[in-house]
Amino acid sequence: MPKENSSITIDGNQAAASIAHLCNEVIAIYPITPASPMGEWADEWSSRGQKNLWGTVPEVIEMQSEGGAAGAIHGALQAGALTTTFTASQGLLLMLPNMYKIAGELTPAVFHIAARSLACQALSIFGDHSDVMSARATGFAMLASNSPQEVLDMALIAQAASLQSRIPVLHFFDGFRTSHELSRLDNIELQTVRAMINDDLVSEFRARALSPEIPVLRGSSQNPDVFFQARESVNPYYQKMPGIVQQVMDQFASLSGRQYRLFEYLGHPQAERIIILMGSGAETAHETVEFLNSQGHKVGLLKVRLYRPLDVQSLLKVIPLSVKSIAVLDRTKEPGSAGEPLYKDVVTAFAEQLSGENPLFEQMPKIVGGRYGLSSKEFTPGMVVSIFDMLSQQPKNNFTIGIHDDVSFSSLAWDDSFRTDANKLTFQAMFYGLGSDGTVSANKNSIKIIGESTDLKAQGYFVYDSKKSGAVTVSHLRFGPSVIRSTYLIGNNDANFVACHQSVFLQRFNMLDKASDNAVFLLNSALPADRVWGSLPAKMQQQCIDKKIQLYVIDAYDVAAKTGMGKRINTIMQTCFFAISGVLPQQQAIESIKDAVVKSYGKRGQRIVDKNFKAIDETLDCLQQVKLVDKVSSGFDIRLPVSADAPHFVQQVTAQIIAGHGDSLPVSAFPADGTYPTGTASYEKRNLALEIPVWEKELCSQCGKCPLVCPHAAIRSKIFSEKELTNAPQNFLSVPMKGKGFPEGAHISYQVAPEDCTGCGLCVDICPIRDKTNASRKALNMQPVKPLLEQEKENWAFYLQLPDFDRAELKTNTLKGAMVLQPLFEFSGACSGCGETPYIKLASQLFGDRMLVANATGCSSIYGGNLPTTPWTKNADGRGPAWNNSLFEDNAEFGLGMRVAADKHKQQAIELLQGLRAQLDSDLVDSIINADESSEAGISEQRVRVKSLNAKLAVLKSAEAKLLSQLSQYLCRLSVWIIGGDGWAYDIGYGGLDHVLASGRNVNILVLDTEVYSNTGGQTSKATPRGAVAKFSSGGKPTAKKDLALLAMDYENVYVAHVAYGAKDVQTLHTFIEAEAHDGPSIIIAYSPCIAHGVDLSNNHRQQQLAVNSGHWPLFRFDPGKIKQGQNPLQLDSKKPAIAYRDYIMTETRFNMLWHTHPQNAEKFLQQAQQEVDHRYHYYQQLSELDWDDQTTLKSARSRLGEAKETTGDV
Amino acid sequence: MDLSTQYLGLALKNPIVASSSPLTWELDSALALQQAGAAALIMPSLFEEQIEHEQAQLDRFIHQQSIGHSETDSFHPQLNDYMDYQNKYLNRLKLLKSELDIPLIASLNGISEGGWVQNAQELEEAGADALELNIYYVAANPSETSQQVEQRYIDVFSAIKQRINIPVGVKLTHQFSSIISMVKQLEQAGAAGVSLFNRFYQPDIDLETLQIVPRLELSRSSETLLRIRWIAMLRSHLQLSLAITGGMHTAEDSIKGLLAGADITCMCSALIENGPQHISRVLEQMSLWMMDKEYESVQQLKGSLSYQHAINPAAYERANYLEILDNCSSASGVLV
Repeated sequence: MPKENSSITIDGNQAAASIAHLCNEVIAIYPITPASPMGEWADEWSSRGQKNLWGTVPEVIEMQSEGGAAGAIHGALQAGALTTTFTASQGLLLMLPNMYKIAGELTPAVFHIAARSLACQALSIFGDHSDVMSARATGFAMLASNSPQEVLDMALIAQAASLQSRIPVLHFFDGFRTSHELSRLDNIELQTVRAMINDDLVSEFRARALSPEIPVLRGSSQNPDVFFQARESVNPYYQKMPGIVQQVMDQFASLSGRQYRLFEYLGHPQAERIIILMGSGAETAHETVEFLNSQGHKVGLLKVRLYRPLDVQSLLKVIPLSVKSIAVLDRTKEPGSAGEPLYKDVVTAFAEQLSGENPLFEQMPKIVGGRYGLSSKEFTPGMVVSIFDMLSQQPKNNFTIGIHDDVSFSSLAWDDSFRTDANKLTFQAMFYGLGSDGTVSANKNSIKIIGESTDLKAQGYFVYDSKKSGAVTVSHLRFGPSVIRSTYLIGNNDANFVACHQSVFLQRFNMLDKASDNAVFLLNSALPADRVWGSLPAKMQQQCIDKKIQLYVIDAYDVAAKTGMGKRINTIMQTCFFAISGVLPQQQAIESIKDAVVKSYGKRGQRIVDKNFKAIDETLDCLQQVKLVDKVSSGFDIRLPVSADAPHFVQQVTAQIIAGHGDSLPVSAFPADGTYPTGTASYEKRNLALEIPVWEKELCSQCGKCPLVCPHAAIRSKIFSEKELTNAPQNFLSVPMKGKGFPEGAHISYQVAPEDCTGCGLCVDICPIRDKTNASRKALNMQPVKPLLEQEKENWAFYLQLPDFDRAELKTNTLKGAMVLQPLFEFSGACSGCGETPYIKLASQLFGDRMLVANATGCSSIYGGNLPTTPWTKNADGRGPAWNNSLFEDNAEFGLGMRVAADKHKQQAIELLQGLRAQLDSDLVDSIINADESSEAGISEQRVRVKSLNAKLAVLKSAEAKLLSQLSQYLCRLSVWIIGGDGWAYDIGYGGLDHVLASGRNVNILVLDTEVYSNTGGQTSKATPRGAVAKFSSGGKPTAKKDLALLAMDYENVYVAHVAYGAKDVQTLHTFIEAEAHDGPSIIIAYSPCIAHGVDLSNNHRQQQLAVNSGHWPLFRFDPGKIKQGQNPLQLDSKKPAIAYRDYIMTETRFNMLWHTHPQNAEKFLQQAQQEVDHRYHYYQQLSELDWDDQTTLKSARSRLGEAKETTGDV
Repeated sequence: MDLSTQYLGLALKNPIVASSSPLTWELDSALALQQAGAAALIMPSLFEEQIEHEQAQLDRFIHQQSIGHSETDSFHPQLNDYMDYQNKYLNRLKLLKSELDIPLIASLNGISEGGWVQNAQELEEAGADALELNIYYVAANPSETSQQVEQRYIDVFSAIKQRINIPVGVKLTHQFSSIISMVKQLEQAGAAGVSLFNRFYQPDIDLETLQIVPRLELSRSSETLLRIRWIAMLRSHLQLSLAITGGMHTAEDSIKGLLAGADITCMCSALIENGPQHISRVLEQMSLWMMDKEYESVQQLKGSLSYQHAINPAAYERANYLEILDNCSSASGVLV
């Protein structure tokens, strides 16, 4: 609930959610970036018992998809509850069918949309209007907010106008730029909300609810005789809507003092050139127009707020009659259309009035349409100026601004260095931090401090990383006396303050490009002040001299360690900022930081408060100014993003994106269909590890566990002939192979990729071998990377060029053998210690050279396919997994489609083979058709046969031969993998998954079960266990985890398994081999510890063991192939729960935090969960012990179990 | 038979006190202990380490959870109003205090000076009748002298004593070079009593995993012997209250403790093994023994076998078997 008579510092999402929560009774939600925080706020407030306007706590319900949410909303609205939701992008698309119904039935409701790109050539989580534009035919009104302040205000205006008009409203604002921009806002008083929401209208809405007391029928089906007329019956409502919205805006103005209009013109009253647009870009245009007019120009801006229903008369009325040319900007693209939507609407408006009676304008101005800002592309004052220049020179239709289009030549050039005077009095600061070092949270805190203790306006915008380990964040903060309309990043030479929170960034980013003259540069470095200058790259030294930079240094990690703060440096760096930036008087700032610390931790966190206080005081003592030297002394510079021997595309495109120069790449640099090379992650050397594993070859038993568990494929094993060692680097390690079955002189090496390791330590954790004389020394030990780096880089390079061992000769059903296979999934950006990636990597080792991957949206699609690089790679023959991500909801169907296509191709290839038998070698044809590809050797032989076939086909000229040469690859065994998380498999994609399981087709489904929606920030899924606290289950999930395996076993020919590699690695290995070999659908449900469990991932293996030993994650394999052999298909691979369920869950914050908040629930859920794990094991055990000698099916076995239960009363 | 005694300035109806265990945490078992005749209860220790651990965990996973990924700013709902371990302890103390008639002694196990003082004040405010400080410092720093270790105990105690008004006792380990001197310093600093001796988790080696694992086993009667000696020695030199704890299983164990000079005997393992009713049996047997031996009151027998009053006090000082042999003098007139 908003505080009264106050200003607040919140972001756009929180602003929308606060009004939505206050004005609704039911809130149906589903997570999707960047709208998820709105649902999270609503859920949090309801779980805390926060009430709405009518004194009751809104019911927040998470659905299985946005489609489900829309259905629930429709139902709730029909049953008379004021209902809302929050979504974006593809989520909005899933709601469209219901939106037509909701609007068609004239139902008041507001949907809040953090507008985001739609996935096309690629997914993008960033902001534009392509999603909301797809909803413009639904009948929803569309109201745009341009800033967090407007989001707050317009959310209320939308609610009031919808109630009055009966037309539902899509309230939208730009994803990230507005949804995530932290801003100091004038709050809305509670009385204002009360006054704006008319209870009579609410009563009327309720009176229209479906009720058996006054039964009616709605949602009829209509025939050609009446549908059309009935559809036209709503017109009067739409005609009234703009007037209602303006009236509500006027009422709001009288209550709050903030006046809005449907179409707001600002600029010169006799402007000849104007720009029309909506969304956050309008604020930048506003700032620029004001500046240009102050310089004597005559330009104007029209901000569109109510986009649907479009009130043409109101729109035209505010445009100066002097206008000669208009640029209409759309933040969306409609390929193939005559223009984007807003442009076409404006053209239509002018055409309509000019062709009508008494036109306002004497003649049609020149109107051009252009695209800007797709996927949060920057939109700056320089670009606005460029558009005005274009209008005054040669208006260009269908233009683009913000990119360099060297393919269609649509783009306008702009002056990057153009500045308005808006930020003359603004303090602009930038901070480079690691995601994990708390830089962003400290900056949010600083903004709140300044917002609350001064009259300054404040703005914070945060640029995050697409990597999860070692994520870099860049914070852009502005503080100033006037309204801040700069909805663009801080530009070159603009920052008064630049902070580098990690000294490793010095060689990665040219941070001082951003610094203004005389700016303060704060560096966190372990070096003493007199050695800091030498650590700056030459270019930065030159910039320091040229710009007269004031350089300050602090050893924040040292202060943190000395004051008991561990590795947390956020408070320390925040203190430095206030101490030297001069934004606030130092004493006042320090007190405010301390107040904020107390607020964060409260009375109970006194110790942490004390430590923070100590750190703050110590910081002031340790912060030092570095005297600048007037000469560049460094012999090094910012390092190249990729090595010089990388392929052309990687050099020209990938490297630029890695270096942060993606904005400067022209259109021609990009593949038009979104196809990218694999194997690029290996060029992006991230050097994240502080320690790397060191192999003690004498101790090693060659068990293969370390390469198995490595989440980043950064430790490998390879078997090779001793002869290969001739040119080995001096320190390269290898030992003769132990055991039989390997050629004479075979050596094995375990080698780390030192620049790709993230230092998680899991390889050392799993290593079972200890030195007999020193138990703390294992066959692998973590050692500081610095002294080892160069040597290990050389060793790694040597290792890579060693030939791979022949796959056909390896026993891949042993870990030792399987782990010699080359991983074709390496160095992903997943979290350090990720519990998912070892499974994907294992699949890539076993089947990668013949793998097609359908990947559901989620963590695995982000670390798998988020540019700049991909971890999916290929082997020395150029073979490797081919990968695609369709959507979140359709992944099973997507993968099935791949299988169907491959099978169809194979079938046709065989038909063609038989047809061409006479012209080909008949033995070859038969051996290809009857090939046994059940082993690596068989697969390899078939490849040789197909190669020979292709050679023969090459000389045949027939159409059949040509066709067969295209399809012959499908004669080799393909492995189709459908990979995704639990959110996909258990919730949004379950319908499709179910269908694919029932299809009987040979696909392999890998469910990476983290038991929450990990990628969007830990929201509850149906895989979340009972009693776990997750977002949308703040009070602990009250229902049990869905048993997906049991549901899958219900089908007749599905291979089903539960695995946890950290608990039983060989079972995991065998499962993957069996699942892939199974001729039918197989589903592997893989337990994947995640940072969202609230446990340090260095304990990943321990958590897997606890999950298995407590019965939470029983290990089993259900192989329907065994039924044919008269065997029971179900094999239990883990023992009866050996430890109490409590002993498992108390180790994870997701569970144990419930004892802090809802202790009684926590105990209740624990009791229930304990019974469930016992019962489930008992149930599976009985299933696994059933007699399968006769022709028994699982169904009949179950019915027999049911009978047993009736007779004994116990199962 | 008058079984009454005093401990830490509290008047107790008998000398059997239930010491820290799960039984003195749950309300039902605490009431059963009272019903069985326990003269007072000592609550399980409030562990400062656990407070620290909990705060660090919440800080790591709740307050500071961001990873800097564009879709994931956090993973867990923020906790605003939550019950932490310390609060839970204080609430339990208040509940027990409101439901019990017998005195309730809170127990505090800590490591840092600042934390101790604050926690002690909160325990006093929550209604504890007395406070037992459970100090166990492992002197792992090779440069720290035994004198410095002792001073650490005194400093911690003094800091707390200055800030609270309820009586404060100290539960000690036997690992002091000079226990009597140590206790004397505590008495001078204002300690109302000491409890001898604490039994702590000890590191054990798991032969399967070769990991060091903490271990605590239930006590045995044989452990009383070490305690009897030091109670007897202390009683003769000092006025403060003495509690004997660790190995008190039977009426016999308790009687020996009292004879040596303890004001109370604390039971824990025996109650866990035999249930709260065990106290009534011990009290009954104690009364029978006293009756049999014609003692009228506990007051009368307390310390009657202290070093000062023992028949053969030198036996308390003997360190080992060899010394005992050496002290065997030949009978007169017999040639060696």
